[in-house]
Amino acid sequence: MDLFEYQGKQYFSRFGIAVSPGDVADTVEAAVAVAERVGFPVVVKAQVKVGGRGKAGGVKLANDIDEVRLHAGNILGLDIKGHVVRRLWIERSSDIAKEYYASFTLDRPHKTHLGMLSAQGGVEIEVVAEENPDAIAFLSIDPVRGLDLGSARRWVHEAELDEVAREQVAELLVKLYDCYTTGDCDLAEINPLILTPDGTVHALDAKVTLDENASFRHPEWEEYRATETEDPREKMAKEKGLNYIGLDGSVGIIANGAGLAMSTLDVVNQVGGSAANFLDIGGGANADVMAAALEVINSDPKVKVIFVNIFGGITRVDEVAKGVLEALARVTINAPIVLRLDGTNAVEGRAILAPHLNDRLITEPTMLDAARRAVSLANA
Amino acid sequence: MSIFVDENTKVIVQGLTGGQGRFHGLRNRDYGTQIVAGVTPGKGGSDVDGIAVFNSVREAVEATGATASFVVVPPKFASAAILEAAEGGITFIVSITEGIPAHDEAVTYNRLVEDYPGVRLLGPNCPGIISPGKCNIGITSGDIALPGGPVGIVSRSGTLTYQALHELSQQGIGQTTCVGIGGDPVPGTNFIDCLAAFEADPETKAVMMIGEIGGSEEERAAEWIKRNMTKPVVSYVAGVTAPPGRKMGHAGAIISGSKGTAQAKMDALAAAGVHVCLNPTEAGQKMVEIVQAL
Repeated sequence: MDLFEYQGKQYFSRFGIAVSPGDVADTVEAAVAVAERVGFPVVVKAQVKVGGRGKAGGVKLANDIDEVRLHAGNILGLDIKGHVVRRLWIERSSDIAKEYYASFTLDRPHKTHLGMLSAQGGVEIEVVAEENPDAIAFLSIDPVRGLDLGSARRWVHEAELDEVAREQVAELLVKLYDCYTTGDCDLAEINPLILTPDGTVHALDAKVTLDENASFRHPEWEEYRATETEDPREKMAKEKGLNYIGLDGSVGIIANGAGLAMSTLDVVNQVGGSAANFLDIGGGANADVMAAALEVINSDPKVKVIFVNIFGGITRVDEVAKGVLEALARVTINAPIVLRLDGTNAVEGRAILAPHLNDRLITEPTMLDAARRAVSLANA
Repeated sequence: MSIFVDENTKVIVQGLTGGQGRFHGLRNRDYGTQIVAGVTPGKGGSDVDGIAVFNSVREAVEATGATASFVVVPPKFASAAILEAAEGGITFIVSITEGIPAHDEAVTYNRLVEDYPGVRLLGPNCPGIISPGKCNIGITSGDIALPGGPVGIVSRSGTLTYQALHELSQQGIGQTTCVGIGGDPVPGTNFIDCLAAFEADPETKAVMMIGEIGGSEEERAAEWIKRNMTKPVVSYVAGVTAPPGRKMGHAGAIISGSKGTAQAKMDALAAAGVHVCLNPTEAGQKMVEIVQAL
């Protein structure tokens, strides 16, 4: 789950990482109130989960109340690459002497954590990595040992940060690493991390991605979940505990397992169709889950046919079959359903469906046959 | 021969008394796997359908001589259970649990490497391993596998592992061992570990490798294949039509920018001499051709 900048800054604050004084505002008047509280000049920043908001006019400096009114009014409701601005972050403007970059993420090939630190912040790190790779100091961190202050001090030296900033940044990096690990982030990034002319260091931006698998130990994430803007189909699916991604085609897809679901999309595409969604009912899905999956797909008016592709492992095919019948009994499913059922308890599952098969409920013996049948129905 | 496990492998099930543990543990036993004990803290002394349950892995290992563990516990307890297995003397650990936090996986993997260097972890979030006719640890339906070889299978995706087994068995092509390595960001066993074991196994004559979008494991495997693999490899990579920036179910399956795309992986594998196919059925057919020509 990606956080908005303001949420990232609030998350940083929990771990003692310094950010500019500021607050959120959903209206022009609230923006004025925050500005008066933190003191002028302020920066009015659009809260959207997409890059390039500065260029799109979503970040403006305001020297007085009139300017806050003007900018807040212009930015609220602004469409930035398809993301409409509903909320602002107003913070005291900072004088900048230097801009650095710092981040932690997982180094998957090496199965360790990767820290990146650069004296050239304020631009996209991918650009720095491309044009001047020596300007980034990489640090591989053993997840068992973690990052101590001594290693952080050597690291800021290696990154050639300004002398005056080094000790402060070293301490901040230890806190950011704590935020990244204890806070269960997939990514914790500060760009830019600034040095002000009076010699203090703080985070001017915050990019945080949380690992949703760790939700069970972070009740405080509930408020972040509440602000997630989602496709209504995705929202409904999430409420039912399904892993759903909305797409634009006409073949509704239900599969068990992410790999099989992806493969189903691929095969539908190869035989001339296009998927309306990715939907993985997960491992061990029971009849209720299957029924919920059909209902979610059924709510999508673009769907012309539903392709259910199940290879039972931990999921039992007889449960899937019961779920299909339950859904059919509970709601009117608008599109015909094509099923392909194999694996654990497949014989039992097919037997359950056998008496109910008709031209709206069809089984096919293989994945390719089922994909062809589904696509021909969708294109008919 | 098989890799990692065989008919003599003695297996304990951590979480045997739970619903999933019982279902799959007993199913593995019915397949012929030597399931010698269960472990559930606080339930030592009881039994599940005649299989003795112990309070700790250590006790179970001392009583039975088990070397492998099938860990079937919820995400928040999985890391502790895996480390307990290693601590208790288990050398091959299969973790099927989906939804373990990435940081827990990173710490657990590195603890194993540093403190228990002889231990192999398979998973988390994987279907397990099956050596047809000999040993099945995990959630794979045994009846879709065919004993006798000559094909080894390694797959990052659970259900596509079944699909791969099915495609081959339907054509009468057997498997030496089928390993599901799982789709999480920090897998205990990777493609290269399995490819190297298959390359060294005299009974495995060809390998089917099932990849998916995200990360760079397929590209690394391609490099390894180019340098070391003498046996033919057939591959399918799922997610050609996956949109960028969205996690496709697995925590590891995401296209970030231009990285991790199915096309990049397919190109790397093709450049390494791998037979790259567009769907599981095509991969199965290609493998039939290769085996028939052996």
